[in-house]
Amino acid sequence: MPGHHIIVGGGLAGLTAAMKLAEQGEQVDLFSIVPVKRSHSVCAQGGINGAVNTKGEGDSPMIHFDDTIYGGDFLAHQPPVKAMCEAAPAIIYLFDRMGVMFNRTPEGLLDFRRFGGTKHHRTAFAGATTGQQLLYALDEQVRRYEAAGLVRKFEGWEMLSIVQDESGNCRGIVAIDTRSLEMRAFPADTTLVATGGPGLVFGRSTQSLVCTGSAVSACYQAGSTYANGEFVQVHPTAMQGEDKNRLISESIRGEGGRVWTYRDGKPWYFLEDMYPAYGNLVPRDIATRAIHKVVFEMKLGVDGNPVVYLDVSHLDPVELERKVAGVLEIYEKFAGQDPRKVPMKIFPAMHYSMGGLWVDYHQQTNVPGLFAAGECDFQYHGANRLGANSLLSCIHAGNICEPAMIGYAKSHTSAASSQIYDQELKLQRESFDKIFKMSGPENAFTVWRELGEIMTENVTVVRYNDKLKATDDKLLEFKDRWGRIGLNDKGKWANQEVLFVRQLWNMLEIARPMTLGALNRNESRGAHYKPDFPERDDVNFMKTTMAAWSSDGPRFSWEPVDVSLIKPRPRRYDIEKSAA
Amino acid sequence: MSEQTQVLRIKRQETSNSEPYYEEFELPYLPHHNIVSMLMEIRRNPVTRQGKRVAPVVFNANCLEEVCGACTMVINGRVRQACSQLANGLNGPATVEPMTKFPVVRDLWVDRSKMFDYLKKARAWIPIDGTYDLGPGPRVAADAQQFAYPFSRCMTCGCCLEACPQFNLHSKFMGASVIGQVYLMSQHPTGKMNLDERLAAMMGEGGIADCGNAQNCVEVCPKDIPLTSAIAAVGRQTTIKWLRDLFMK
Repeated sequence: MPGHHIIVGGGLAGLTAAMKLAEQGEQVDLFSIVPVKRSHSVCAQGGINGAVNTKGEGDSPMIHFDDTIYGGDFLAHQPPVKAMCEAAPAIIYLFDRMGVMFNRTPEGLLDFRRFGGTKHHRTAFAGATTGQQLLYALDEQVRRYEAAGLVRKFEGWEMLSIVQDESGNCRGIVAIDTRSLEMRAFPADTTLVATGGPGLVFGRSTQSLVCTGSAVSACYQAGSTYANGEFVQVHPTAMQGEDKNRLISESIRGEGGRVWTYRDGKPWYFLEDMYPAYGNLVPRDIATRAIHKVVFEMKLGVDGNPVVYLDVSHLDPVELERKVAGVLEIYEKFAGQDPRKVPMKIFPAMHYSMGGLWVDYHQQTNVPGLFAAGECDFQYHGANRLGANSLLSCIHAGNICEPAMIGYAKSHTSAASSQIYDQELKLQRESFDKIFKMSGPENAFTVWRELGEIMTENVTVVRYNDKLKATDDKLLEFKDRWGRIGLNDKGKWANQEVLFVRQLWNMLEIARPMTLGALNRNESRGAHYKPDFPERDDVNFMKTTMAAWSSDGPRFSWEPVDVSLIKPRPRRYDIEKSAA
Repeated sequence: MSEQTQVLRIKRQETSNSEPYYEEFELPYLPHHNIVSMLMEIRRNPVTRQGKRVAPVVFNANCLEEVCGACTMVINGRVRQACSQLANGLNGPATVEPMTKFPVVRDLWVDRSKMFDYLKKARAWIPIDGTYDLGPGPRVAADAQQFAYPFSRCMTCGCCLEACPQFNLHSKFMGASVIGQVYLMSQHPTGKMNLDERLAAMMGEGGIADCGNAQNCVEVCPKDIPLTSAIAAVGRQTTIKWLRDLFMK
């Protein structure tokens, strides 16, 4: 008998798992708020890493593995990262076979470019819209299985909660149709959450509007451990906007773009100066801190504003068109200036969460039957993710879900009682009834804006314990204000406000393990930087932060990091990386 | 036009079947605002220009950088993504309406699911043998990749359908975007192998014969996809298939 699986989220991780499960003849119900083709994976620009070694550089999966562990400042468990790097070349080949229009060498082979934190040309790319192309290839394969009756899509549905049996095992989900607001319970043998990152917790980030982290927060509140929440990647090069901060891909620097600002009336290429070994291709946490230093400590922002230049005006326009046109178009459309002629003005922006739901080496959370994959798991990037490793980790994690989910379904065949579904449905209905009755003075979107402002101010690039504590107090205050929200829309059809009010609560819940996780970690490691504790402290903090939800706030415990394969060593980018 | 404010005149509709109406909102003018960021502002204080407190405007938007296709709307009579319409390009009050060729869900949110159904009908995928490791894919010349790549950027936004005189709420015509995808698949060495399946769909109901050659699609495509070239090429491919089928039978 084929198993029956629920996948929540139709980005790279969710669609990969859907394709793999359907290929094995399993039944998949796929839930997505937006049509899957509009998932946030489309925003990934630069490429996907895999040590295919076509440039005669002697690259190998082991070097990719070492770059990833070193780039992540030795916080990732090493065995799953090694497995990912070993799987990478075959993943790129598969997507090539599925029709992704990757850029080519003159010989017709896959072309590779450089990215941050490595010395090798390891990043396969399709112009500068690689995430979009990979997602579309998966969308097509999943549509093929949809046409064959193996995948049922629930697009326009949002997951509200997981359904658990008496022993705490996950038995499916409750979801809501965002049009009719009809709520239903969906039973399944296994459930995979692949809902991406929590960008909206930071207000404006490089992430899409669906990236609220709400589904992950619902899992966390149901007992799923949230791990390493304090590790938040701030991308060095983004355009600041009113609605979001638009990513200007690292591939721009991979293709020769340079970051600079004026010092003493002359251009100063400060990354090249500070980090001669890697220059503009230092990892993101390093580049972001350098820009912060130049802008805020040295007061050298362009025209006194918090921006610096990212310059491609010296590069060959034909090559730029072939390799990064998609990014340059975005800049041109939204800034109204041609970056081929005028340097781009950029500033760091929240981009990615290394933290996420804790999973074992088979992507299963601590809630039996509940799996997580993609940005919403914590597994592959340690304290800082290398560019072009996210598309890889999404697909790799989606791949390994398949045998794990099938195996779980085969070994757990007892039927769940229908009561557990009725109970969860009732709980969710009651919680919506309460939201519909809200008539206080607060506006949900205004509370959200304030949440984003304080999280961006205190829980991103530079962290101080007093400010982290103050932020957590503020989160509690926001929760209080949440109770005084007044709904402007009482409609029972396609009411986006009522859905947002619920998402906002979930954002407030998940913001706490991020903030308190940072407060607890008195060291600096990867993206987590405390000026009062500037060094990495392996003796006390080479461990995974594990947050368990309770009604009194997150309860923390710590898990040792598996560093059995590469011995931790100091992480430096001003000099050549020492051998592993 | 005031230099201080931006007026949006928004077409609203409470349900799929109710009567539409217009409401005006006035916002502080910021040159780098765009239509979506202004709709987001309205959510924080949903009060019309006339001072009436109303439900916030319902709309679809996601990536906000014109790669997901979600926020497609009709702005001042022209279909496009709302996120990339900046305030400093509006020059006065702007009218924001939902697309007219798809059923309205509510306000500016329309249901474009039939576009995805058409991709199914056209069998727009590469039929790989399996996802297991079969080694590298076929070699592709760099020029061939550069030629095909623009078609792979189609985000199924529906601009081409909104602008097409042959496409409406009730027509069967599948439209330019799906023809572009059929053409894209035919450019891939493996996709080429089962070209006939996709051409058969193109020769069936709602296929390429329904194209009236108005060429509006290529005018409005936000990604500058050469859709008319795809239509011409798929047209030729279907003619060849038709002749071949005729003589081979």
